Parts: sequence; structure tokens; C-alpha cells
Amino acid sequence: MSPVTRILSTLALVVALMGSMLTVIETPIMTLGLFALPVLLVGVLLSILVLAPYRTGLLSGARACAALTGVSLLMAVALLGTVSTYPGAASHGFWAYVLVAWAMAWLSVEELSGLMPQSPLGQRLVALAIPLSFGVWLLILWQLAVVGFGVPRVLLPAPSEIWLRLLSSPQILWEDFRQTFLKAVLIGYALGCGSGFLVAILVDRVPFLRRGLLPIGNLVSALPIIGVAPIMVMWFGFDWPSKAAVVVIMTFFPMLVNTVTGLAAADRIQHDLMHTYAANYRQTLLKMRLPMAMPFIFNALKINSTLALIGAIVAEFFGTPIVGMGFRISTEVGRMNVDMVWASIAVAALAGSLFYGLVTLIERVVTFWHPSVRG
Amino acid sequence: MTEAGTFQTPSRSPFAGLMSGTAGPVIVVVAAIIAIWYLAAVLLNTPFQRDIYQRGGIENPPLAQLVADTLSQPRPVLPAPHQVAEEIWKTTAEKSITSKRSLVYHSGVTLSSTLLGFIIGTGLGIALAIGVVHSRVLDKSLMPWIISSQTIPILAIAPMIIVVLNAIGITGLLPKAMISTYLSFFPVTVGMVKGLRAPEAIQLDLMKTYSSSTAQTLWKLRLPSAMPYLFASMKVGVAASLVGAIVGELPTGAVAGLGARLLAGSYYGQTVQIWSALIVAAVLAAGLVSLIGLTERVVLQRMGMAR
Amino acid sequence: MQPQPADSAARSVIDIAKLSLTFETGDGPVHALSDIDLNIGAGEFVSFIGPSGCGKTTLLRVIADLEAPTGGTISVNGMSPHEARLARAYGYVFQAAALYPWRTIAENIALPLEIMGHSREDREERVRRNMELVDLDGFERKYPWQLSGGMQQRASIARALSFDPDLLLMDEPFGALDEIVRDHLNEQLLKLWAKTDKTVVFVTHSIPEAVFLSTKIVVLCPRPGRIYDIIDNPLPRDRGLDIRETAEFLKVAHRVREGLRAGHSYDD
Ligand SMILES: Nc1ncnc2c1ncn2[C@@H]1O[C@H](COP(=O)(O)OP(=O)(O)O)[C@@H](O)[C@H]1O
Ligand SMILES: [Mg+2]
Repeated sequence: MSPVTRILSTLALVVALMGSMLTVIETPIMTLGLFALPVLLVGVLLSILVLAPYRTGLLSGARACAALTGVSLLMAVALLGTVSTYPGAASHGFWAYVLVAWAMAWLSVEELSGLMPQSPLGQRLVALAIPLSFGVWLLILWQLAVVGFGVPRVLLPAPSEIWLRLLSSPQILWEDFRQTFLKAVLIGYALGCGSGFLVAILVDRVPFLRRGLLPIGNLVSALPIIGVAPIMVMWFGFDWPSKAAVVVIMTFFPMLVNTVTGLAAADRIQHDLMHTYAANYRQTLLKMRLPMAMPFIFNALKINSTLALIGAIVAEFFGTPIVGMGFRISTEVGRMNVDMVWASIAVAALAGSLFYGLVTLIERVVTFWHPSVRG
Repeated sequence: MTEAGTFQTPSRSPFAGLMSGTAGPVIVVVAAIIAIWYLAAVLLNTPFQRDIYQRGGIENPPLAQLVADTLSQPRPVLPAPHQVAEEIWKTTAEKSITSKRSLVYHSGVTLSSTLLGFIIGTGLGIALAIGVVHSRVLDKSLMPWIISSQTIPILAIAPMIIVVLNAIGITGLLPKAMISTYLSFFPVTVGMVKGLRAPEAIQLDLMKTYSSSTAQTLWKLRLPSAMPYLFASMKVGVAASLVGAIVGELPTGAVAGLGARLLAGSYYGQTVQIWSALIVAAVLAAGLVSLIGLTERVVLQRMGMAR
Repeated sequence: MQPQPADSAARSVIDIAKLSLTFETGDGPVHALSDIDLNIGAGEFVSFIGPSGCGKTTLLRVIADLEAPTGGTISVNGMSPHEARLARAYGYVFQAAALYPWRTIAENIALPLEIMGHSREDREERVRRNMELVDLDGFERKYPWQLSGGMQQRASIARALSFDPDLLLMDEPFGALDEIVRDHLNEQLLKLWAKTDKTVVFVTHSIPEAVFLSTKIVVLCPRPGRIYDIIDNPLPRDRGLDIRETAEFLKVAHRVREGLRAGHSYDD
């Protein structure tokens, strides 16, 4: 048991025991203790039953992990149920049990990451379950905090409300997604990365250009290029081409710089080797320098996947037809329709993550040999 | 046996030194960019200029006049470099720095939130990286989310964050700085995780043979080896910070800052103003990045790690 | 000095006369090679030995056309080094294995064959043969990073041999390996040389290695890099590791050591 585990489990156990003396729900007309809330009571009793043997070391490993996960989720359900019945009325006892549930979730993750499954499938599942549980608990705590404290909806809507919005307006969200992601982002990304790559290959052939362009490319990569958005909107109009143009400019330079750097990554011995074979330019490029540059190129592809989305959305702040994720966000903020804003953000985040994940997946296949990938 | 022997050293032209470094090529490329800019300005501004001529009843003006006119429109499609330079000169040197029309004032506003956000972001990034490297739970649960946090187009939430923070009474520098923080913590975290893991197994084993504590290993091995990574990611971070500050200024109603100048410029079609704000932002970014580059050089040299 | 055996003077592979090479560096010229005269006949195994910085690598690189001399003449197979390189006259083994991590061992060995345009069947056949030659059969589908340093270096030798060059240039190929692996590889290299009749030029800074492997030992000394002594090795071509215990071996080793010491003494 690590010190963190020991402290956390002790704390959770003590709080679970003491919590019964605190009020859980307090409204102007009534106060409820733990014993008035049967489901939560069961959850708390179970948590004590799990935490006590866990703290003393009687319960450990996979069984502890399963028990902790199960009971923490049960408590989460009980807490969510309680708070949605009495929104904005959570009291000290309630937050004490939130702490207990969260601590148990942390401990379960601690146990989970200590498990060493033999099969690769098991390992993959564990590697997936840990961040997943982190995400789920983030949502649970968000929901509990918003409903429990009665946070005004304009400030921060609860995840449940965002979810309802996602379900109720798929048509609008899909239209926005198509306008921003499928048109501006993908087209701009392909053009920007493609041209950056080709220019890099050309520049690499002319040492003079390489020496002149590399410092400038490096500089430009660090500039707030997003600022060209208003200019692009003036030049290419309100529709998606102006957004794609912003994306092209934003993705071009990272690709240029990374590819040129990558093409120079081969060391002297590697060059000498190809030289001793009297290999020509094309052979050296295809067989040595491009494979060598792949980690750099994928670095640019990954950076660009997030830049592209940001560029397209922010460019829409400077003018769009009445569709698009950036348009939706900026107009709905004005109308105080915060759940719609968050629904758009959720779609953007999901699209961005999937896009990034896809690029990473291809990277793992292509650069399997690189020390950072092979383990 | 063939005569393959008598080799000569290549003759050296007086420009060889200048052109073999980076300074020469960079100057040439910059000159080329400016030339292309002028050409593009003439081409892009010509249609509007022709409209003006038509309205004024001027038929077939001489080419020299056309060129001169396209380069001096008040609201050109693409302002010429000298117009932008003139505007920058007027709004920096010729205005008192407290004036709302001074670009120095606006740059100062943007710079202060950039720096605040960058410092918080770097601190947060280093702390997170240390946590991730030392805690298995953090590594496995947090790291995937840190990475996917960047796929959330944070700039899209910038208006949200400003509105939310204003609503709970946080105004001024901090909301913008928080966007900068969010944008700059990520490269620092990722770079530092890589850097803190950079020491090879034998180096870590060496520390183990001294039975050094985790803190000692961190302080004496991991942090020094992470320094090159830290500076590399700080360069990315400070640039991101500036972008964050600029975009953070968009929803505050265009009061002050370079972002506000951009927005105001785009409202009123003041292209010269947009371009001069852009150029100043670029100079700011370049200055910040090279400042870190300079620090990097000095620190790494002191540590004997300069390459 | 031993009289030259009749057959080794047969055909000359490398002819170097009055060769010099000066590097222009920031702090003045570095005379890496000066006034080098050397003939290497077909089928010889020649070692360059000398303290580090005396120009061994540079001389080998001049032969391989990786470096251009600033004076004198050199011919390889009767051609200029440049023409010889274009004719793919030699295989070069570097100090590091320099295998590509994205290629399997078999694919790495096939690399020069791909570049030189051999057919697929021919490539497969040659890869198989050369992997056997260096005792690597069974590791075709492994990646370099899955192999030990000694195996990687063997793979790089197989790669240099794959297109069957008559001349093998090796720059401290076993420098980074431990003594036992090194002994083993030395023995294998000697067998391989006996089997294939190739000309080998071998850079080393180990006296026993040089004496054990070579028919001719070239002792170089630094500042400026020049040849101090050329020693013809009287040991029989067919030798085993235990020859290193014999008096004759020790005598040659002694002479090499004396040469190294004398070439070095003036700046002590
Ligand atoms: N590319 C180069 N530029 C300048 N000096 C060099 C270069 N290559 C080698 N030298 C110098 O030439 C001398 C001989 O080097 P080298 O042939 O590598 O020696 P060895 O292989 O015998 O150790 C050394 O003093 C080295 O510093
Ligand atoms: Mg050497």
C-alpha cells in the first residue's frame, strides 16, 4: 500500500462513519439525515463493509478493485438520485459522501493499475478502463456539483442537460458538423499538410532555400496565425472556403518545418552508407530519409489535427453563413442558450479526439520501429 | 592507374561566407516575400481601383499611376508593406503609450495576460508532469485526458470562459490569462513528461545504487535531463499563450488588446489596422520565443548541455 | 622483413601515392593524412593500426570516396575512387551497425540489393546465403532493436557482403563489442575471408586483432597522419585463435607495439 492509498482509505472510512451524524439534505422546510434516504444508506453501509477490510489489507487485488468500483458506482447513483430529487439542497453530509465515493473510485483505479493481466486483451482493457473511469467520474462530479450547489444554468449546465440537448437537436448539430468539420477542416487540413509536405521536399533539394526558409518557417509556426481569419473572411467570403484557407495557412508551416527537420534527421553514417551504395537521390529519399522523417511528419499531422479544428471554429467568429460550429457557439452564447453551446463543444471535442486518435493509430502502424512506439 | 588525385579546394567567392550561413538566405527569402507582397497588393487592389477610375471617368490610366494608386488606398484588399509600416509607426512612436489608439498600449494589455497565463501554465505543466511521471494512477488516468483536452477546441470555449468568469465576478486580466494557461500547460506537460523520462535506464540505476530518494533523483537527474525539453516546449507554450490572449480578447467587446484591434478592424473594414495588429502580434511572438531561446542557450551552456 | 610472397603481388587493388588530406577547420588546417604511399594487392587482409586521431578512418574514407584527398593520387581497382564507388566495388562496414530500425534484418541485408536493382528471387537467395555466412539464420524477421550489439554488427557485415563486392572496407567494426564476442567474430571473419578470397582493409586499434587477422599491418602515427611502418605478417593464412600464444605471433605483435611506441614518442 502506498502512502497515498493508506491516507485516502483511512480518510474515506472515517468520513463514511462520521457522515451519519451530518445532515444530508437541507431545505428551508426540512432537513434529512442519512437514515431518511434508504438507497444512500445501503451504499454507505456497503462502502464501510468494503473499506474496512481493504484498509486492513484483508481485501486486495482484483476482488478489491471490483468491490470498490461497484460500491463507488452504487453510491454515485444514490447521490445523483438524491440530489436530483432535492436540487440545490445538498448539505455537509452529502458532500462528505461525495468525497467517500470519489475516494473509493480513486482507490479502485489504484488497484486496477496495479493489476498485471497476462493476456494482451486484458492489458488493453485495463489501459482503456482507467482513463474511462476518470472521465466518468469527471462527469459524475460535474453533475453532482452543478445540481448540488444549484449552479445557474447560464453559468454551467449539468452534463445531463447537455446530453438532452444533444439528443434533441441532432439535425442542427449534424449540419454544423458537416459545414465546419467535413468541409472546412478536412479540406483545409489535407491541402495544408499536403502542400507543406511537398514544399518541404522541394526546399530540401535546394540547401539555400532550406537555410533561408527553415528559420522563417519556425518563426511563422510560433505566430498567432489565427489572426489572419478576418482577412481570409474578407477575401474568400463567408462560406467554408475562407475557413479552409485559415486552416491551410495554420497547418502549412508546422508541416513544412517538421518535414524539413525530419529529412535532416539521418546522421552522417546513414548518409555515408547510401553513398557507398552509390544510391541516387530518389532511392536515398524513399528508402532512408522519408522513413527517418516519419516520426516528425506524424508529429506535424497530430499538431495540425487540433490546429485545424481550432482554426475553422475561430474563423467562424469573424463571419459565417448561419451554420457551423463556431457560428453556433457565438450566437448561442449571446442568447444564453448555454446547453446548446456545450452540446456544440461536446461534438467538437469528440470530433477532435477521434481525428487525433485516428492519426495516432496510423502513426503507431507506420512508425512501429520508433523507440517511443515500440515500448 | 588513373589520375584521380589532384584535387582543388573550391574557389571562394566573397559572398560564400554570407550565403553559406543562415543570415544571407534568410535575408534573401524575406526580400522575396516582401517583393511578392507588393506584387500581390497591386494585383489584389487593382479591381477596386479600376472601379474608382470608372466612377471618376478616367480611361486607361498609365501603369505607374495605377500601381501608385493601388498601393495607397485607404482600405485596400491587401495593404502594401509600407502602409502597414506607416500605420505601425503612427500608432506606436507617435502616440503616447497610455492612449487608447497606441498599439504599444494594446500590446501591453495582451502581453500582460499572455505572460500571466504562460507562467501559471508552465508551473501547472511542470507540476502535472512530475505527478504523471511518479504516479501510475495519474499516468494512466490523467495522461489520455490531458492529450484529448487539447483536441477540445478551447478557443471555441473562450467566449464561454470569459462570460462564466465574468459572471462569478472574476474580471480583468485573469479570465484571458486562464485561456492562455489552458493553451500553454499542454505542451509543457507533454514535453516535460518526455523530458523527465529521458534519462536512460542505466542513469536511473546509477541513482538507485546510491539509494537516492525519489526527490533526489528528480532533482539531480530527471529535472536536469528534462531542461532541453522544457525549453523546447516553453517556446511552443508561450506562442500558444499569446494566441490564447488574443482570442480571449475577442468576446470582451473589443475593449483593449491586439485581439480587440483585430476585431474592430474587421468590423470597420480597416485592413491596414488588421495587418498592423497582426504584424505587431507576430513581432511580440517572435520576441517572446527568442527570449526563451536566449535563456535556453545561456542555461544549457551553464549546465554544459549546449549542442 | 619477410620477402613478398609471389601471389600477393599479383594484381593491385588499391594504389596510393603521395596522398595527403588537409581539413580546413575553424582553428586552422588539420593535416589528417600526409605523404601516404601504399599498395594493397588482391586477396590481402590489411589492417590500419594507430592511436586515435592518426587518420585511419580518414584514409579508409578516402579509399571509399567518402572524403576527397587534397593531394597525391589514389586508384581503386584501376579506377578513381569515385568511379569505383559508382561501380559498387566495395562494401563498407561502419563502426556502428547503422541498420534501419523499420526494416527487418533480412530487409536490411537486402537494402543494397534493392538499390542496385537485383531481382526479388536473387535478393532472397543472397540474403539467405549471407545470413547463413554470419550465423544469423533464424533471425530474418527480427528487427535490429530486438538483437544484441554483436548480432547487429554481424548483420551489417552480411549487408556489406550481400552484393558480393571484391573489396571489404571495415572501420573498427568490433570496436564496441566485448572481448569474447570479438574473438568469435574475428575467427568468423578470418574464415569468411579464406572462403571468399576477398580483399579486406580493416581499421583497428587492437594489436592482437591486427596481428591475428592481417597479412599486412600498416602502422600509422599522428600529427600529421602518416605511415610509420608496414609489416608483412609471416603467420600462415590458415590460423586459429590459439596461434596467439605462439612465439611468432608475439614477435609480430612486439614489432607493431614498437612501431606504435616510436611513432608516438616524439610528443611525450
Ligand atoms: N570532417 C573532418 N573535419 C575536420 N577534421 C577532421 C574531420 N574528420 C577527421 N578529422 C581530423 O582528422 C584527424 C584524423 O581523424 P580520423 O581519421 O577519424 O582518426 P582515427 O580514425 O585514426 O581515429 C583527427 O585529428 C580528426 O580530428
Ligand atoms: Mg576512427
